Amino acid sequence: MAFYVVQFLTGLASAASLFLVASGLSIIFGVTRIVNFAHGAFYMLGAYVAFTLTERFSGAIGFWGGVVAAALIVAALGVLVEMVLLRRIYHAPELFQLLATFGLTLMVEDLVVLIWGPSDLLGRRAPGFKGAVDFFGQNVPSYDLFLIGLGPVVLGALWLIFQRTRWGVLVRAATQDRDMVAALGVNQKWLFTSVFALGVFLAAVGGALQIPRDAVHHAMDLRIIVDVFVVVVIGGLGSIIGAFVAAVLVSELNAFGILIFPKISIILLFLVMAAVLIVRPWGLFGKPEVTARRTPGLTVNPWRPLSSKGRLAAVTALLLAATLPLFAGNYALTVGSEIAIFVIFAASLHFMMSVGGLASFGHAAYFGLGAYGVAFLAKMAGLPMITCLLLGPALALAGAALFGFFAVQLSGVYFAMLTLAFAQIVWSIAFQWVEVTGGDNGILGVWPEKWAASPSHFYWLAIGVAALAVAVLRNIVFSPFGYALRATRDSPRRSDAIGIDGKLIQWTAFVIAGTFAGIAGALFAYLKGSVFPDSLGISLSVDALVMVLLGGVETVSGAVVGAIVYKALSIFLVSQTDLSKLILGGVIVLVVIALPKGIVGVLETIRQRRRPRPEPPLLASRIGTAE
Amino acid sequence: MSTAPNLLSVVDLDKSYGGVHAVRGVSFALKAGEILALIGPNGAGKSTCFDMLNGQTTPSAGRINLLGQDTTYKKPREIWRLGVGRTFQITATFPTMTVRENIQVALASYGRRLFNFWASMPRLAQQEARDLLERVGMAGYAERPCGELAYGDLKRLELAIALANQPKLLLMDEPTAGMAPRERIELMRLTASIAREKSIGVLFTEHDMDVVFEHADRILVLNRGTLIAEGSPQDVRRNPEVRAIYLGEGLVYDARHREGQSA
Ligand SMILES: Nc1ncnc2c1ncn2[C@@H]1O[C@H](COP(=O)(O)OP(=O)(O)OP(=O)(O)O)[C@@H](O)[C@H]1O
Ligand SMILES: [Mg+2]
Repeated sequence: MAFYVVQFLTGLASAASLFLVASGLSIIFGVTRIVNFAHGAFYMLGAYVAFTLTERFSGAIGFWGGVVAAALIVAALGVLVEMVLLRRIYHAPELFQLLATFGLTLMVEDLVVLIWGPSDLLGRRAPGFKGAVDFFGQNVPSYDLFLIGLGPVVLGALWLIFQRTRWGVLVRAATQDRDMVAALGVNQKWLFTSVFALGVFLAAVGGALQIPRDAVHHAMDLRIIVDVFVVVVIGGLGSIIGAFVAAVLVSELNAFGILIFPKISIILLFLVMAAVLIVRPWGLFGKPEVTARRTPGLTVNPWRPLSSKGRLAAVTALLLAATLPLFAGNYALTVGSEIAIFVIFAASLHFMMSVGGLASFGHAAYFGLGAYGVAFLAKMAGLPMITCLLLGPALALAGAALFGFFAVQLSGVYFAMLTLAFAQIVWSIAFQWVEVTGGDNGILGVWPEKWAASPSHFYWLAIGVAALAVAVLRNIVFSPFGYALRATRDSPRRSDAIGIDGKLIQWTAFVIAGTFAGIAGALFAYLKGSVFPDSLGISLSVDALVMVLLGGVETVSGAVVGAIVYKALSIFLVSQTDLSKLILGGVIVLVVIALPKGIVGVLETIRQRRRPRPEPPLLASRIGTAE
Repeated sequence: MSTAPNLLSVVDLDKSYGGVHAVRGVSFALKAGEILALIGPNGAGKSTCFDMLNGQTTPSAGRINLLGQDTTYKKPREIWRLGVGRTFQITATFPTMTVRENIQVALASYGRRLFNFWASMPRLAQQEARDLLERVGMAGYAERPCGELAYGDLKRLELAIALANQPKLLLMDEPTAGMAPRERIELMRLTASIAREKSIGVLFTEHDMDVVFEHADRILVLNRGTLIAEGSPQDVRRNPEVRAIYLGEGLVYDARHREGQSA
């Protein structure tokens, strides 16, 4: 019995930091409508800065003063970020905001390694809370008890700020109705900045308070942000109480999940999240989100199937690509195969994201499932390569059918966070279930058969499959199904009113996209000869998003161009520099701010400007006088 | 006309949004081929009634009977399948498609062909789409991007989309808002002639009383969620309560000053 109580207390203690970070995210979202992906990065910075300060200054004042000073320093950094970056993208679509703040996260990850080095740092114990309390023969660290008390205290303090101060009342008013506050003559800019500062401060405190419990390391940002997303999806974005309740719930599920499913404790979390979403899609304390924003000024050019000239150009490009083995070496061919695989991956995401408006932040899950599917079939069942390639993506299909069903119940930022959380769950399973997946060591020895083994043969296979996949997806875009999907994105009300079952259409699109991602993953397993949990990771999901964005979200062929440019660039960068994340992050931020239409979008605009618009025929036709 | 069976009958329809009681105990009936106007000042609950009729919101209480079926809790797509076309107060169309494609989507949905992954949509049902566009006087706009249309043209496009499922009932929420006065009369004339020809029942809301009095067979007056009058245009025009409301709102039988507002 005592053991369970101790487990429960450990859960509560973990909930404190989670609550601090999640409430910060929620407060920022409530006012600015931005889901700050970089929140995990601020949490991590809080921990690193506090580590340095508490090492430098000794004693109780040094420690507690260091924690507070670290949070203030990071909050000041947050203000800088808000003023320089976020102010430019408050009116952009959620996707762009998530991506820009993710770019920031990438940059911070490299900077942190640059400043503090790559190894884990062990911080000091908290003065005054170094011992443990004996609890029926079990030890409970007294620092845990401190954290357990801290959670409700912060909740109460936030409540007081929002109820009793003029600033708090303004924040609450802005959360209800942004325009109204602007109309009241409040300086909206500074309100946003101060809210952002408070949110970042909370995240940094959360990070700083972790140093006596956990090593400080440069991957803590992604780990916390996924938990935080799960918390706000369950608790409801914008609700502080929701963040508190859900933080406790999630931490307890983590603490007890280990006891129930020791290998794959994350399953429990998934089941609870799924249950909450079915009963209350906007979270326990959340409110339905208004419809997604679209960027004004983004093109609304009607999409056209390729003209015969365009088709000729595409075939020519493919034939040219097919001649690569005649003059390029093995390394270039391997790179070429990888690019072809990522063209499939990006095209599959483009299909659900651009055509269906479903911006998934966890598309890598289906890529990775396809890869693992192939690895299982090849290693355990010993099936021939062709069979594996055909059947492996079925695992991705199954995963997409399961997760997609829940995900399409939501939209906008909720959809993005949920898909991310699902992907992370799949990643955790691959990581934790060592007997089946090999865990961190992956599954090795997934080599292609002889007919596809040489780099040139594999390259031809890859570009062949890529060309076929892109052609099929493009064809679906212009099929009745593709139009129905676009209709659900363009106007949910109208598509409802003309008999389109939006959820069913979106779910089907999710499954199609997931399956194609699985095909890419299947090829990838054979290209690398192995499968690792990385193939399911967040960074791969975001790579896909950036490819689509770089090519142009609102174009039909952007994904192909984006994938080629981005993948070539990133392979080049990784080979040239150790700071690839810093540069990629910077590129992402720049693309969002400077090139929101993407490469193909910009090309289209230029081409349209050159060509005078044809006069619309029969402009003067009116009612009654129509022929 | 009076002996025809009811196309639509509504009994004690009620809707509250939290504290707002938007519609209170509304009952009325509509026959095939009849043109019924639902009028009332801003916020009277007209759009809410429309949303309940085509299933986009569920009523808090009451029943809706459409073509002999209880449709109170049916989904929009089931109601659409029964033969209800709808236009919106704020137009809802597909801006990334051309005008013709907007219609083709509706036609494909009507023909249950949406789960076709292979056919080329731009080539599907071209002739039917053109016919519908011609019907509303937009044949020349077929290849225009829908996102570029003027507001009045969007309203006509919506009418064409609403006709794609060969409806027996048309629900038109402020079909002429944002149009020039001449265009309004023309659009309503067109609607009326289509309705008479195919014996379609039409329920519409409108702030322009010229339009209402010229085309409505019967008028319902809604105020703060309650029906306060019902009858022929002459009856309603003479009704003192209605006059009071409209005079009180400063909306004497002409609502041209609202034009900017509804766009
Ligand atoms: N989704 C909603 N949530 C809360 N209140 C709503 C909602 N939709 C409408 N209302 C309220 O219900 C009442 C009726 O609104 P409705 O849109 O039906 O009026 P209307 O007669 O169509 O007005 P208008 O002439 O301006 O279009 C209004 O007070 C409105 O504020
Ligand atoms: Mg209305």
